[in-house]
Amino acid sequence: MFNSLSDRLQDTFDKLKGKGRLTEDDINVAMREIRMALLEADVNFKVVKQFVATCKEKCLTADVLDSLTPAQNVVKVVLDQLTELLGSTESGLVLMPNRTPNVIMLVGLQGSGKTTAAAKLAYLLKSQGRSPLLAACDTHRPAAADQLETLGAEIGVPVYRGDGHDAVKVASESIHEAVDHLNDVVIVDTAGRLQIDEEMMQEAVDIKRAVKPDQVLMVVDAMTGQDIVNVVSEFSERTDFDGVIMSKLDGDARGGGALSVREVTGKPIKFVSMGEKPDSLEVFHPDRMAKRILGMGDVVGIIEQAQQNVDEEQAAAAERMLREGFTMDDMLDQMQSIRKMGGLSKIISMLPNGERALQQSGANVDDAQITRIEAMIRSMTAEERAKPKNINGQRRRRIAAGSGRSVQEVNQLLKQWGEMNKMMGKMRGMTQGGKKGRRQMKQMMDQMGMGGGNSPF
Amino acid sequence: MGLKDRLRSGLQRSREALNEVFYMGGEVDEDFWEDLEDTLVMGDMGADVAMQVTDDLRDQAARENLKSSKQLEEALARRLAEVFPSCDRDPFDTTPSCVLFVGINGAGKTTTVGKLAGRAKAAGDSVLIGGADTFRAAAIEQLEVWGDRAGVEVVTRERGADPASVCYDVLQRADASGTDLVLIDTAGRLHTSPELMRELAKVVSVTRKRATMPVSVVLVIDATTGQNGLAQAEEFNHALDIDGLIVTKLDGTAKGGIAVRISSQLELPIYRIGVGEGIDDLQAFDALEFCRALVGEEGE
Repeated sequence: MFNSLSDRLQDTFDKLKGKGRLTEDDINVAMREIRMALLEADVNFKVVKQFVATCKEKCLTADVLDSLTPAQNVVKVVLDQLTELLGSTESGLVLMPNRTPNVIMLVGLQGSGKTTAAAKLAYLLKSQGRSPLLAACDTHRPAAADQLETLGAEIGVPVYRGDGHDAVKVASESIHEAVDHLNDVVIVDTAGRLQIDEEMMQEAVDIKRAVKPDQVLMVVDAMTGQDIVNVVSEFSERTDFDGVIMSKLDGDARGGGALSVREVTGKPIKFVSMGEKPDSLEVFHPDRMAKRILGMGDVVGIIEQAQQNVDEEQAAAAERMLREGFTMDDMLDQMQSIRKMGGLSKIISMLPNGERALQQSGANVDDAQITRIEAMIRSMTAEERAKPKNINGQRRRRIAAGSGRSVQEVNQLLKQWGEMNKMMGKMRGMTQGGKKGRRQMKQMMDQMGMGGGNSPF
Repeated sequence: MGLKDRLRSGLQRSREALNEVFYMGGEVDEDFWEDLEDTLVMGDMGADVAMQVTDDLRDQAARENLKSSKQLEEALARRLAEVFPSCDRDPFDTTPSCVLFVGINGAGKTTTVGKLAGRAKAAGDSVLIGGADTFRAAAIEQLEVWGDRAGVEVVTRERGADPASVCYDVLQRADASGTDLVLIDTAGRLHTSPELMRELAKVVSVTRKRATMPVSVVLVIDATTGQNGLAQAEEFNHALDIDGLIVTKLDGTAKGGIAVRISSQLELPIYRIGVGEGIDDLQAFDALEFCRALVGEEGE
């Protein structure tokens, strides 16, 4: 993992401590760090040059130079600048109000995620009360229409396949199909194409001419490197798309391409696509994207990830815990949800300054520890798990032998449980303690760094 | 010359970009080095690698008194080619062999399997395809179309089945019929999903245990991928112990510089590169030729 930009800047400025005022040279050093961070995030080279020049100018103002915390101020300038660039125009779908059906067309390179995005978009529109129709105009890739049809069936959206040979014909027929079946929006999924493939680019232009879409959206893979500039400028010139869907943002790519797209074409990022499920298409948040590009902690992201993994059942379990106390089974559940989120070290690295703290403390966050605890809990009987207080010395020895750990480790686990249970007891008091209790609870949440308060506790 | 020409035309754009740098009129000045560094960064080589390469080349130029752009081209090509580890065993030529294709979504795994099957079949090998992508909608159908085209049997199960069981089936089938080459397609997944990576690790270990022929795990990487490609390759390598790489979609304007970085850092050979849509456009990788084409030098 790369060190986050703020950590690196902090390091740079730490070296300059005691110098009093920062000079232009110091800012230059900081700008080099920013340049590297942006390049590592796959922001296009030319865009980086320009961006860094603008930032430098802003950083050379007296406020930044004279401040006591120059690192933070430089980061703030960069972050603001980036946020502004990423989202200065409105996003969201713009569909003509008096037209039926509205038409949305998707274009992009091979493997960027158009077909998946088409299904997600259909799902989104459907949940807004529209009646979408998917048009399978990818007549090149084998079984692309089958894929769309399967996805369509899953979300209950009809798919028009036509003859499966002539993409332009399928596209224009799909409009008639939509009129006949009272569908008020058509989503045209097209084949993936390289921007230098003249024949295929012409096909996209022909489809566009045939269906006159309200919106042409380009699907861009968040992992794309420097070449994104060539790709989007050619697509922009030929198909004049209206906005971008960034796909595969559920990975750990920084998605610097988003900035390049904005800079080169001026087109807004409208949606981000974050996974395989149909409901994982989200509206674009420029501030979050800016932080992501700079490699800064994504607290909102963690909370969302936690939310994703906490389903209703678990929420009910949390309530039960508060009522009846914390059992070993609950502990096991928690271990598993930590694991689902990618393990402890991953979660810590997502926190602001997390990696720095990790390095400084020298603590060894070992996910194998989770496995050991799991093994010990699994060696307990159902009764022992429900009432860990009843575990006596003999039982401890048996659990240790059963899980291949030492008795000391079992003791440690029980002690841990005792502490968690104590905390749970405190919370129980708070939730039942009216206004004062609630305030206490909030303080506790804040201490735990859970400002939003979405943890199962 | 056929192969070479295709490769060269596929890499044409990258070469043109570098040529601009080299045709600056013979004289090698400070601007030249800066432009060179920029060009390498633009090719997704990664900023630190680009600086390293440029600095080294600068030293070498001073030491060996290289002055013309021609000499520097050759030096750069050789220098870049050196970082690629050599390939001890080509799993597609040394049969019997079983190859598992892994990678993120949309890298081109299924298409690569289809093309390689067609190629091997045409060369007279007996081939079996395993469709272990039981997750993505219509992945099996897509593979079956490729199988039909190549006249190769596809062994698979219904959507949602356990992918490891598909591998078991296809290997059993291969043993029974004495197949030379087994190609197994897996579902694309992001390297950041621990659950899916564990599933894949199981698929790989089942295959390695069950197979009576050597098993290679090949990571398929899209040439347009940026610096995240390294993180991908590291995760996949960590989870599965990868044997080599295939780089696809090199026919666009993408320069595939990330391949240099992955290959050198993880010491993984590149088995094939995809430079076009056709079946013959998936070629064996020759480091020096690749680098020469990239740098823009005429072949011997």
